[in-house]
Amino acid sequence: MRSILIVPIRPVDHAELTALVTPLSNAFEIPVSIEESNYLDPAFAFDSYRNQFNSTSLITALLDRYPAQSGKIIGITAVDLFVPVLTYVFGEAQLDGQAAVLSTFRLREDLYGLEPNPKLEHIRLLKEAVHELGHTYGLIHCHDPECVMHSSTSAEEVDVKGKNFCGGCEKFLRGL
Amino acid sequence: MTEKKSSPQSILIVDDELIVRESLTKWFRQDGYRVEAAEDANHALKMMKEGPWDLALLDIKMPGMSGLELQKRLKEVDKNIGIIMITAFASVESAVQALKEGAFDYVTKPIDPDHLSHIVSNALNQKKIVEENIQLREQISDIGKATEIVGDSQQIHKVIELAKTVAKTDTTVMLRGESGTGKELIARAIHANSDRRYFPIIAVNCGAVTESLLESELFGHEKGAFTGAQYRRKGKFELADGGTIFLDEIGNISQKMQVQLLRVIETKQFTRVGGSDVISSDFRVICATNRDLEAAVKDGSFREDLYYRLNVFTVSIPPLRERRSDIPLLAEYFRGKYAAIMHKAVTEINANAMDILVQYDWPGNVRELENVLERAMVLAVPPAIQSSELPFQLASKAHGLQADSLAVVERAQVEMILNRTGWNISRSADILDIDRVTLYNKITKYGLKRP
Ligand SMILES: [Zn+2]
Ligand SMILES: [Zn+2]
Repeated sequence: MRSILIVPIRPVDHAELTALVTPLSNAFEIPVSIEESNYLDPAFAFDSYRNQFNSTSLITALLDRYPAQSGKIIGITAVDLFVPVLTYVFGEAQLDGQAAVLSTFRLREDLYGLEPNPKLEHIRLLKEAVHELGHTYGLIHCHDPECVMHSSTSAEEVDVKGKNFCGGCEKFLRGL
Repeated sequence: MTEKKSSPQSILIVDDELIVRESLTKWFRQDGYRVEAAEDANHALKMMKEGPWDLALLDIKMPGMSGLELQKRLKEVDKNIGIIMITAFASVESAVQALKEGAFDYVTKPIDPDHLSHIVSNALNQKKIVEENIQLREQISDIGKATEIVGDSQQIHKVIELAKTVAKTDTTVMLRGESGTGKELIARAIHANSDRRYFPIIAVNCGAVTESLLESELFGHEKGAFTGAQYRRKGKFELADGGTIFLDEIGNISQKMQVQLLRVIETKQFTRVGGSDVISSDFRVICATNRDLEAAVKDGSFREDLYYRLNVFTVSIPPLRERRSDIPLLAEYFRGKYAAIMHKAVTEINANAMDILVQYDWPGNVRELENVLERAMVLAVPPAIQSSELPFQLASKAHGLQADSLAVVERAQVEMILNRTGWNISRSADILDIDRVTLYNKITKYGLKRP
């Protein structure tokens, strides 16, 4: 089934997820829905030493929960994520796989001592959601600085790139 | 994905922790790199066959061989490989050591992803620039690649031929030749063309140290084996495991060392000084000497059994004065080398200076020639090296001739005519309009030799 399911991983602002549905659906040209009944509790992925949540464990949990044929899944959370060797990640995706997770934690202005900016934060979250889902469709990082698949490891870099795929990435995606 | 490159840059990750290998592999694959991971140094060395790798990320602390040691070995296999060390906070000091030994940079675990992606792209960019420069230089100089074995004479072709032939076997090799002829270069070339090339070549100068020091150099020692042995230390035979040991100046070792050497070459087993554990090592022996070993065997100062063990396949490297036609090539090669190192636009050696270089007898051989060229490059004013920038004894020792003297011209004329007539003395004397005795005298005076 060709669809995308957004799974809330608590805590997370539900309104932010709702705002993603239409633009994500436009970007991938497939139906997008939100898992309304069955939120994921990330407590099991918590690392008390690092005070962060292990994103790889979260992906594994999502895969356990949803069978392979249920389309792409993206878990979204407000908690800070990490993979063991890195200090943090914005998100993580299975390259050419089924699942991705994404955090809003480092996309927020107040983390950097700035005034909250909901509009900017929504655009950042959208870009990163498109980006991580792009990975699940097999896209790797793109050299085009405007392309949403351009690698970004800081909020500024997310702002610099666009929210659309470049011609090359678009072609790859539609070719599938 | 038209804008993505057809052959991706490659990264080798070496870390004993599975989780680190997995997450870094994944991280870099998403960046579009070709990525493989190895769990320890030995696997990493084996994976060099699947290279070349643009970049290696090495955990500095691993059981067995450390990242620091592995760095050295990887650089021996591929001197252009970029290295980034991964370290815990506790070992930042050794990371600094790694930088001194040529690592591009280091990252501390856990790694800041922003930092990591920038370091990696910087390292790859730098490598690309270096490689482009090397390619450029190779195109310009059109002389040999990584090796400094330069020459086009029959003699040097013979040496290279022999080296190539014996490289493919596991035979013990003895290199004969005066000092400075480049025996170590030939040893390295043999190793680099052998199946052992992914393992180290360990060079030991047997003539440079005392007997007791050489013993612990070769076999290692246990902690407290002698005064000053504060740590256990591996010996060269142990370090050469899987690779080649190059024993230079083998003719200079003591009788006691000769016995020990014979034993370890025959059994491939030994114990460390002050230890009792028997250690096995799989090594190939290449040795070198400038001594008349046959005479030493005759007078009893070199054991005959060891001589036969070592003298299985001999490669003789001719002194530079016996292959004068290589001197211009070598001189040009070293000029180019130092021009690049010194960033100096000295593009030629003028004819006068080259004459002097070709005529000199070079008792110190290629090494002396290199030293002279290095010195001349320091003094040289672009665009050319002049004879005045050569050590004065060179000009005068080149058969006692002043560079601009009539004698130089005479020598060149005599030599040219001799060569033209195929060293027919009568015909040469006729052409030069001198008698044969005078011609013989001039041949002796100028040190001319039939090629
Ligand atoms: Zn990405
Ligand atoms: Zn793109």
